[in-house]
Amino acid sequence: MADLSCSFAGIKSPNPFWLASAPPTDKEYNVVRAFKAGWGGVVWKTLGEAGPPIVNVSSRYGAVHIGEQRVFGLNNIELITDRPLEVNLREIKQVKKDWPDRAMVVSLMVPCEEEAWIKILREVEDTECDGIELNFGCPHGMSERGMGSAVGQVPEYVEMVARWCKAHTSMPVLVKLTPNITNILGPARAAKAGGADGVSLINTINSITSVDLDIMAPTPTVDGKGAHGGYCGPAVRPIAMHMVSEIARDAECADLPISAIGGISNWRDATEFMALNAGTVQVCTAAMHYGFKIVEDMIDGMSDWMDDKGYARISDFQGLAIPNISDWQHLNMNFESVARIDQEKCIKCGLCHIVCEDTSHQAVSADRKDGERFYDIIDAECVGCNLCMHVCPENCITMKTVDNGKPYMNWTEDPRNPHRVAAE
Amino acid sequence: MSPMSDIAAGRRSPADYDTAYSDIHPALSDRQALVESSRCHFCHDAPCIEACPTSIDIPGFIRRISTENPKGAGKTILNANIMGATCARVCPVEELCEQACVRFTGEHKPVAIALLQRFATDAVFEAGLQPYGRSAQTGKRVAVVGAGPAGLACAHRLAREGHDVVVYEAQAKPGGLNEYGLAAYKMTNGIAQAEVEFILSVGGISIEYGKVLGSDHTLDDLRRDFDAVFLGMGLGGVNALNLDGEENDAVIDAVSYISDIRQASDLANLEIGRRLVVIGGGNTAIDIAVQAKRLGADEVTLVYRRGPEQMGATDYEQELAQTNGVLIRHWAKPVGLSGENGSAVDVRFENTTLAGDGRLQGTGLEFTITADQVFKAIGQVFDEAPLASGESLKIVGGRIEVDAEGRTSLADVYAGGDCVPGDDLTVSAVENGKVAALAIHSALSA
Repeated sequence: MADLSCSFAGIKSPNPFWLASAPPTDKEYNVVRAFKAGWGGVVWKTLGEAGPPIVNVSSRYGAVHIGEQRVFGLNNIELITDRPLEVNLREIKQVKKDWPDRAMVVSLMVPCEEEAWIKILREVEDTECDGIELNFGCPHGMSERGMGSAVGQVPEYVEMVARWCKAHTSMPVLVKLTPNITNILGPARAAKAGGADGVSLINTINSITSVDLDIMAPTPTVDGKGAHGGYCGPAVRPIAMHMVSEIARDAECADLPISAIGGISNWRDATEFMALNAGTVQVCTAAMHYGFKIVEDMIDGMSDWMDDKGYARISDFQGLAIPNISDWQHLNMNFESVARIDQEKCIKCGLCHIVCEDTSHQAVSADRKDGERFYDIIDAECVGCNLCMHVCPENCITMKTVDNGKPYMNWTEDPRNPHRVAAE
Repeated sequence: MSPMSDIAAGRRSPADYDTAYSDIHPALSDRQALVESSRCHFCHDAPCIEACPTSIDIPGFIRRISTENPKGAGKTILNANIMGATCARVCPVEELCEQACVRFTGEHKPVAIALLQRFATDAVFEAGLQPYGRSAQTGKRVAVVGAGPAGLACAHRLAREGHDVVVYEAQAKPGGLNEYGLAAYKMTNGIAQAEVEFILSVGGISIEYGKVLGSDHTLDDLRRDFDAVFLGMGLGGVNALNLDGEENDAVIDAVSYISDIRQASDLANLEIGRRLVVIGGGNTAIDIAVQAKRLGADEVTLVYRRGPEQMGATDYEQELAQTNGVLIRHWAKPVGLSGENGSAVDVRFENTTLAGDGRLQGTGLEFTITADQVFKAIGQVFDEAPLASGESLKIVGGRIEVDAEGRTSLADVYAGGDCVPGDDLTVSAVENGKVAALAIHSALSA
């Protein structure tokens, strides 16, 4: 049985599956239910400073459904916790006391003033939680008040606040990054420079999920109007994976612990992020879609996979995919593959033919053999693009590597590249 | 001497009739349609289209359902098959589009094309949509004989092209077998008449009821008075058992009784025997057996002279009979009927087998079933007597000879539906009518 326990930026948890700072972690009742279900840790929903109340609107979530798949994407226009600070602090302290083996990280968002951060840090330290996460990511509502992603989009602010926090607390400091920027390395390097113990990403993406064509307003609709919200769920996972990998590949940030967030719904999603060097993963949408029980599959799925592969602990496979992420120019120009259709499994839907014919390389023939439809690959035209394999509903197309005997040669060496590096 | 027969009306409670004759395949809800439509792969060169006699763009209409464009879906169907609503309910899809579905190949569970087609055509009717208009009037007039699927499909297409059409219908109502012949639990809620109203609402079509070819007018009359004639009169006669005792009141033509069921204002008024024998192996035999069972008949035995594979009824229909409690006996043919009016009928059967040369032969072994009523469902025949005219139409195999576009041996006369060679499906009749209309239009435009 594989060992799933982890120590992330000095924070210990029995497994790497945490609940992200969001509605599922807003109060003791939910968090206790999550711990009973088996979650390894939580990031408590973001606390703000005591004082002006946080008030949410009614009608808060928008969703994208694709065919039968509900909630492929989810967005929200909720703010940070709308419960009194002292209630949250009291509950955090109680839950940590009752569940000492679970990771308890507290998300924070206060104005960009050192005194405000010092004040909240003192109050949070008293809960004996395991660490803090600086919410520099929320793209809606709070950002209009100069917090959340308004901070996260300015690397100088990220570094400044991270430094204040490191100076005024001994708790591990995680910085949560917004994806609403052009290059994730800007704020990631800033967090590192400010002394952060780790980063968590991605926060939600600016979005409008749909337009109600009857009332001509975006959803979720609040009395006929809508505001952009933060998008999450399975739809954002590829974007999150890229951003996580960028940080993992960066020389400056390479040793910076990453807690991955973005559409993680099952053990495989989690494992893929960890292969990209994430140390823990945080989940929200999947739990809000199916409830906390999904963690059971995450735990035994990852554990069984590790057993099958012979990995005893997470560090054995963490980051193993990173060396294989390359810049395009270093890919092997001499690699060739062609599609192969398993004619026994083919159900003759013809999608491979029509997509190649209409939109690609005219490399799938459509014939009749004894009156039966017969689709096949024209090797001379096939460029190995994978499109037919992806659209095949029966999964009966594979890509076969062509042994052409040619050596590795990347674009920088390719004679077709006018800017190639001259051979020595 | 056979005992008194037990034939009675009102065998069931009023609520039981409603249940027994309610929709056999209830309509899909919006949600069900959306989920089912997502199963369609949107095939290229889709096998389902090829399997449809009217070549409906099935992936095209199903995709429109999946994008919540049901009216567009309905129009896609009607463009190819103006009786798409009836066909959705009665087509033997298990031998046509759904059998060809690649989901059937892959997982033995085809996309529910018929139910989706019904969903889409219902959407058009419910919206009161009329997608078609008429081209500029041509001044040409076409006579159509028979307001069944072939005749109405032909009339609709001709009217769209700007021709004026007069339909001569022998019955008091339009629709042909859609109205008089199909099983009641497949054609609920007055769909046959709603569909006819929809077809006629395009304009340019008038129907004269109670007009019988051969008695009220002749083919010569129509050829004289119109620019072209389309014959879509269906099958006028039924096969006989050719047994003594067949004239007994208790020996009934199934087609005629099915018509009584369809036209009954109250099913409780229909008399039905307690023990029935149905003779035949086609869909009519299944239809009468199942409907009789649902009217409250106790024992219904369907006897067919060959095996299940040779039955005209599809596997689905045979199973429907069995799940409705009909006992099917294969390999037996009727050889004698005894009994007088008012008494039960003893039907004597002889077991059959295939001879070495493949012909059916009796084994000499016999059995007898006593029945209150015997329903004959051994096929219908085309009655060519009404066609008697100056120039005679060429008949082949007992039906009117036509080419691929419905032309008969007379230049200005076209034909389609059950009165021409081919299968006896509603969908094929619609295709015949549509194809002939295009040929007529082309001839009249020349």
